Amino acid sequence: MPEIKIVNISKRFGKIVAVDNVSLQVQDKEYFSLIGPSGCGKTTLLRIIAGLVEPDEGEIYIDNNLVNKVPPEDRGIGFVFQTYALFPHMDVWDNVMYGPRVKGWEETKSEKVGDEMLRMVRLDERLDAFPHELSGGMMQRVALGRALTAGAKLLLLDEPLGALDAKIRFELRYDLHKLVKDLGLTAIHVTHDQGEAMAISDRIAVMRKGMILQVGTPQELYNNPEHIFVANFIGQNNFLEGSVAKTDDDKVQIELSGGLTVSSSSTLKKVGERVVLAVRPEIFTIEKGHTNRHNSLLGVVERLIYEGTNIRYEVRLENKEIVVVERPSLTEEWFKTGDNVTVSFPSEKSRIFAYPSEGLGKELAVG
Amino acid sequence: MSGSSALRYLDKTSSKPLVRHLIYAGSVAFFLGIILVPPILGVALKWGAIGEVFQSSSLMSRASSAIYASFAIAFLVSFLDLVAGLPLAWFIARGRSKWLSVIDTLADLPFIVPTVTLGYSLLLFWSGAGGVSQIFGGNPLVSPGWVLIVLLHFAFSYPAVVRVLVGALLDYKIVYEEAARTLGAAPVTADRTVTLSILKSSLIAAFIFAFARSLSETGATVIVAGAFESGVVFIKNTRDLGQEGPMVFVSFVLILTACLIYLGIRLLGPRLKIPVKKVWPSAERKLSDSRVKTFRDSITMFVFLALVLTPSLFIVFPVFSAIAGGTLNQAVAGVGVWQGYWQSLLLSYLVAAAVTVLNALASLPMAILIARKRWGATASTTLDVLSNVPMIVPSIALGASMKIFWSNFAFMPEVALIIFAHLSITYPYFVRTMVGAIERVGIDLEEASKTLGARPFAVFRTLILPLTKYSLFAGTIMMFARSVDETGATLAVVSTMKTVPVLLVDWVKHTVPASPMDIALGAGFLVLLSFVILLVLRLVVGGRY
Repeated sequence: MPEIKIVNISKRFGKIVAVDNVSLQVQDKEYFSLIGPSGCGKTTLLRIIAGLVEPDEGEIYIDNNLVNKVPPEDRGIGFVFQTYALFPHMDVWDNVMYGPRVKGWEETKSEKVGDEMLRMVRLDERLDAFPHELSGGMMQRVALGRALTAGAKLLLLDEPLGALDAKIRFELRYDLHKLVKDLGLTAIHVTHDQGEAMAISDRIAVMRKGMILQVGTPQELYNNPEHIFVANFIGQNNFLEGSVAKTDDDKVQIELSGGLTVSSSSTLKKVGERVVLAVRPEIFTIEKGHTNRHNSLLGVVERLIYEGTNIRYEVRLENKEIVVVERPSLTEEWFKTGDNVTVSFPSEKSRIFAYPSEGLGKELAVG
Repeated sequence: MSGSSALRYLDKTSSKPLVRHLIYAGSVAFFLGIILVPPILGVALKWGAIGEVFQSSSLMSRASSAIYASFAIAFLVSFLDLVAGLPLAWFIARGRSKWLSVIDTLADLPFIVPTVTLGYSLLLFWSGAGGVSQIFGGNPLVSPGWVLIVLLHFAFSYPAVVRVLVGALLDYKIVYEEAARTLGAAPVTADRTVTLSILKSSLIAAFIFAFARSLSETGATVIVAGAFESGVVFIKNTRDLGQEGPMVFVSFVLILTACLIYLGIRLLGPRLKIPVKKVWPSAERKLSDSRVKTFRDSITMFVFLALVLTPSLFIVFPVFSAIAGGTLNQAVAGVGVWQGYWQSLLLSYLVAAAVTVLNALASLPMAILIARKRWGATASTTLDVLSNVPMIVPSIALGASMKIFWSNFAFMPEVALIIFAHLSITYPYFVRTMVGAIERVGIDLEEASKTLGARPFAVFRTLILPLTKYSLFAGTIMMFARSVDETGATLAVVSTMKTVPVLLVDWVKHTVPASPMDIALGAGFLVLLSFVILLVLRLVVGGRY
């Protein structure tokens, strides 16, 4: 099964730089996701790997073979398109058998593989249905079965679940992951849904404006984001602006606007440096009334949003900023709008980033 | 009543269902009473006259041969246009050559040549002393006859077939081809098994278009036919000799058979399956090689340049000779045959203007009826099919039938006959354009407009018209150009008046004593005026319809 190496790949469309000097390695049998906002270049990069788009610079290696000049039909890939691209004039069986037929495989062997793949994707009873007769979930499974029947060792998935409704998407993501793992394939999955990527990926690359910001396991990206955009894109975060008031060996004291002070783990910042403090909603604790705890901020509950498993509180602090606190709904006491509360967080669970030169809003913008 | 209050009045009136039904019914009545029924019914009224044909075996043999020739040529030409046009369309739609925009423009150039001029240009190129025969020691390479008719019909349908296919290829979702390639298909395999199958309806539409044009084309066919008789030439010859029976017989058979073939292709064509299961991976991979592709593109360009573009534009040389030889001065002064030319030109343009305005007003409700299925899906499909009939029926047969029909009405001036004939011929061009344009306006936009309080007429003038204005321009300009170009039906209905294409046919056939220089310059003026019309179309509309 193939290992993929991408070396200094760049691609421009006119003045737009879609992929900007990207290098990446995907291990054999790895389930790898490329995530990022729309227009960040992830689909372009995937299409370059597939051979559907030629890069302007750089090299692509599949199993240590340079494939820049190799056409898509000879790269041994399977590509699942966002719109599935099922051939409208062929039924399910003909769609799935297309790959073996055009490669001239022996018919009995092809049919056996086709049968097996359709059973694996649970569509063996709809063989004579045409694409327009299938639901979105079924079409997705046919597209997957088609790619697998063609003998793909490397599976490239371009937002394969994007066109499905939320519940189906949630169920199918695990089916997809299991199928890839059971068959021992290498998969590169493009999505803008970070929850989807986190749930099924061995490693994830976060892209923005044609560049890779960070590559890591889901845990690494969630707990240790190295870039403020990653901190915002993966999961949710509260961002509080301030400046470094004091530094110790293992802690940094930050003065927020309005004179509020908190501390965070040291990340080698200098006194006076403008910074952004990031604290995830679920890291905060919330208590009624005003208590004097370490790293606590006083505030008033402005809004309460019930989300089933969790409750989200929007708390307006003394400096007028709002922080979002997320707590489990079944196990904790609930607060009401207007309640005076104290929110606090452990300093080692927060992150500090240098204040972005382009401004915080612009740096965090996903669009 | 001020403008805005007039609009409000019309908006309010349009809310009344009776008013709307009357407008649609009126449009359908116009279509049936002026466009469809007279050309079909006319020949039926003279049914008794066809006995003359059955009583003469030589006449029957001649008529049968002419009818067979028309359909054989139409099928052959349509097939050749498709086979030769598809590679050029592919080249234009998918190519990456720096010459692409040049080739795209050149592919449109034959459009600017009116068919009667095209006929004369091809006659000079293939048969004339100054044409390609110079390479062959002065002997005509192709003499007037069925081969020249095939070359003519191939040339004038080729650009339209290419345009239809370019449009289809540009609309086609390339993701299907990409999917096929990622599954291991070589480019040729992907094109054959996926793209062509998905584009089947466009291939059928292009075939029908070429077929209808070949069957219908009269003026240029008469010019290049020589002694050969296709159906339309037979109708003209028998009409000129006052032989009503044979004329009616062949007109009737052409009309009926053309309609049946059209219906057959329309109904059975979608069921035609392009073979996709059988593949030849090794052979098709070799055919996908870049060298083979270059060779294929070279053949495509040769066919286009040698058989379409050069013969179509060959008329330019005698035009320049005519200008250099002083014919231009005579033309401008209106000396000799030129007085009649300018009168004919004026008649052509006045008729075209009248036809354009009348058809645009009368057929717009029909287009809405079809596009929005106001009377249900069945009625919409029926009207859609019927509105194409005047395009399918050979125009000279249509004209002959119309003349018979309207001769039953006293005081029918000849200019009215010409206008009625042109209304029939040009009607489908506008309706088809507008149906397509209206269908592209999402129904949700209309619904949103209604929820905001817009009455039907307000929806039409504030939403439909602005969003389809480019198609409206395109449709009216195409109607105008088609009317100016129309020869066959005009030949059938006129007695004394002559539009300019009819006059040019007379000049070429020496019915009127015009010199070769006169003919060349007369044709040249038509080309120039057509060029201006199509330039306006391109500038105003671009590719936006």
